Amino acid sequence: MTASTAMEPATATRTPLVEMKDIRVSFGGVHAVDGVSVDLFPGEVVALVGGNGAGKTTLIKTLSGAHKADSGQILINGSPVTINNPRDARELGVETIYQTLALADNLDAPANVFLGRELRSRVGTLDDTAMEDATRRLMGRLNPRFLNFTSPVISLSGGQRQSVAIARAVHFNAMILIMDEPTAALGPAETDEVRQLIRQLREEGLGIFLISHDIHDVFDLADRISVMLQGKLVGTVYKKDVTMDEVLAMIIAGKRPGEVTAEDIEQLH
Amino acid sequence: MSGPSAERRILAAQNVSRMCLVCGVENALGLQARFYELDGGELLGVFSPREEHQSYPGRLHGGVASTIRALELDPRLLGMIVALAAIWVLFHVLSGGTFLTPRNLWNLSVQTAPIGIMAAGMVMVIVTRNIDLSVGSMLALVGMGMAILQVEWIPQWLGREHPATWLITLAAGIVMGALIGAFQGFIVAYVGVPAFIVTLGGLLVWRGVAWWTASGRTIAPMDQNFQALGGGSSGTIGGPATWALAGIACLGLLVLLVNGRRRRRKYAFALRPLWADVTLGVVGCAAILGSAWVINSYPVPENVARRRYEEQGLEWPEGGVEIPLGLANPVLIMIIVGLVMTFIANRTRFGRYVFAIGGNPEAAELGGIKTRATLIKTFMLMGILVALAAAVTTARLNAATSGIGQLSELYVIAAAVIGGTSLAGGIGTISGALLGALVAQSLQSGMVLLRVDAPLQDIVVGVVLVVAVALDSIYRRRVT
Repeated sequence: MTASTAMEPATATRTPLVEMKDIRVSFGGVHAVDGVSVDLFPGEVVALVGGNGAGKTTLIKTLSGAHKADSGQILINGSPVTINNPRDARELGVETIYQTLALADNLDAPANVFLGRELRSRVGTLDDTAMEDATRRLMGRLNPRFLNFTSPVISLSGGQRQSVAIARAVHFNAMILIMDEPTAALGPAETDEVRQLIRQLREEGLGIFLISHDIHDVFDLADRISVMLQGKLVGTVYKKDVTMDEVLAMIIAGKRPGEVTAEDIEQLH
Repeated sequence: MSGPSAERRILAAQNVSRMCLVCGVENALGLQARFYELDGGELLGVFSPREEHQSYPGRLHGGVASTIRALELDPRLLGMIVALAAIWVLFHVLSGGTFLTPRNLWNLSVQTAPIGIMAAGMVMVIVTRNIDLSVGSMLALVGMGMAILQVEWIPQWLGREHPATWLITLAAGIVMGALIGAFQGFIVAYVGVPAFIVTLGGLLVWRGVAWWTASGRTIAPMDQNFQALGGGSSGTIGGPATWALAGIACLGLLVLLVNGRRRRRKYAFALRPLWADVTLGVVGCAAILGSAWVINSYPVPENVARRRYEEQGLEWPEGGVEIPLGLANPVLIMIIVGLVMTFIANRTRFGRYVFAIGGNPEAAELGGIKTRATLIKTFMLMGILVALAAAVTTARLNAATSGIGQLSELYVIAAAVIGGTSLAGGIGTISGALLGALVAQSLQSGMVLLRVDAPLQDIVVGVVLVVAVALDSIYRRRVT
């Protein structure tokens, strides 16, 4: 079965949450993203994989508002949108958890969760107590063992910092979540916790783009896998239809399942 | 509750003051299984995070460190107060008992004002990872502008000594400061020239412009009402108003403490122990009323007092009377600036964004914060505070020259940094900077009192600056 036929049943029945069509981004003549199209449905995790410099992060930054695409179209719930900056993306329900987590290290967890969207009292001053309260409730749901709400986040562990970043993304009723290497800096137990959280968010009906280098993460979490190589989309496949070796062949050799020979697989090992 | 002795020995050997041990199975998403509380290697207690969250360690065991923690005071601020007290006592002893007198402390407060006012703005600039080297030159230019306005322009259409002159002048000065600040901020934020370079240019340019505007002349004298901004015998709020202000400040402190408790109770958060709040209230009020008492112990000079009596048609009593001068206007301005800036830093979105930019500029940008606009506003605020300092300085000198405020940029930055502002950005407090200004000025005034040579004064201030920052760095490294 090829990648293109695999996608047909889903597109025929529902409107995708996100459709990115023929996206192109270049930096000074280098085509970082060269005519890539991907889509995402509610309650689905789509993994974006590829080697270093494949263009995954650049592609996804056009959705999160951190970069502008040179050409191409983004549709959210079927209608075309313009995303010029992170604010635009957030207003459309797109939240991003960056690899670096993008936390202000000198501020505490509530200040980071509400960064850029602070709660204010009637007279317009910051309502820190209300923000702390909301953050405590949110953490009660996401990670009940998170208890430090008053120290600067620099003093928190990697997993706790990840919790803060995730809390910030989900608090504002995001529909679309972008996670860039969410488990890269975590220990095994913390990784499990984050994976559990991703499954929970998918159950709640969010669409999640997952960028990951970790093929185990990808096979554990993703429903579909889009593979990129040198700025181009190799293909999008359903996880249940492929093996890890076939995905590796796509990542490294740029060959779709079916084009791969036993010899190729042999070379991978 | 006590920890296994092996763990205790390890911790004691590492001489950590506090650490969390995470147990393997429970190590999920940053769970801290237990806290081991140590003091100089001595195990004081072990408790789970939930207890840590709900109760205050100060209750579990005594000691100065835990008391400070229960009071939620910044240990660095406390350290500075101790350092200041040490400096004062030292100078008092060395000067044969002339430093800690109402007269000297009153003068010290007035001398601190311009530096303190500017340091409050410098904290915000430095917190955003920038610097403003141009404040001294800006002070000269804005001071010159205000002088020319009230001495040469306003009298032409309103006449001399018009009651509105000082207000128009001050407003114009503030607009001028804001514009210069915004201009520098624009170049930093939008053109992308480092603030160090932009304001180094400003340092040269603005003083040059000040000289050029007045062709090198000294502009004097100032409007009478304007002069009152600089302090002096007619530039104070008087004894009764000083007591009234101290009373209001005490009430305000109590309202803040009660409000804080009420808000935390509303959300069922852990409350600070009652004894801690009571201690804070009592000590705070005592400090405020004590300062008012010291200020009011410095009387108006006898000839001025006699003139006031005669103006009111009163008989000058035998042996004279002591009329308290009261709080000087520059100090009042500094206190208001301190309160307003603390409010801006802690309670407004703008303040939160300033700190977010300093903590992680990229995160601030991705969080949807308009970082460039925030930077411009920060430099604008600095400009406004420079204008206030310029008004105080020119009013106090009763003249404007292009030479005023020379080197004050360095004292302002020193005040902010001694006060705990981190040049790496993201960390700093207004109260710390005001205390830093007081420390720097105390050193200088004290040495003047002891007739220390000017070069030696510079050496001492320079050494203190480096030592203060070194101590702060060591402290921070131990904490994190």
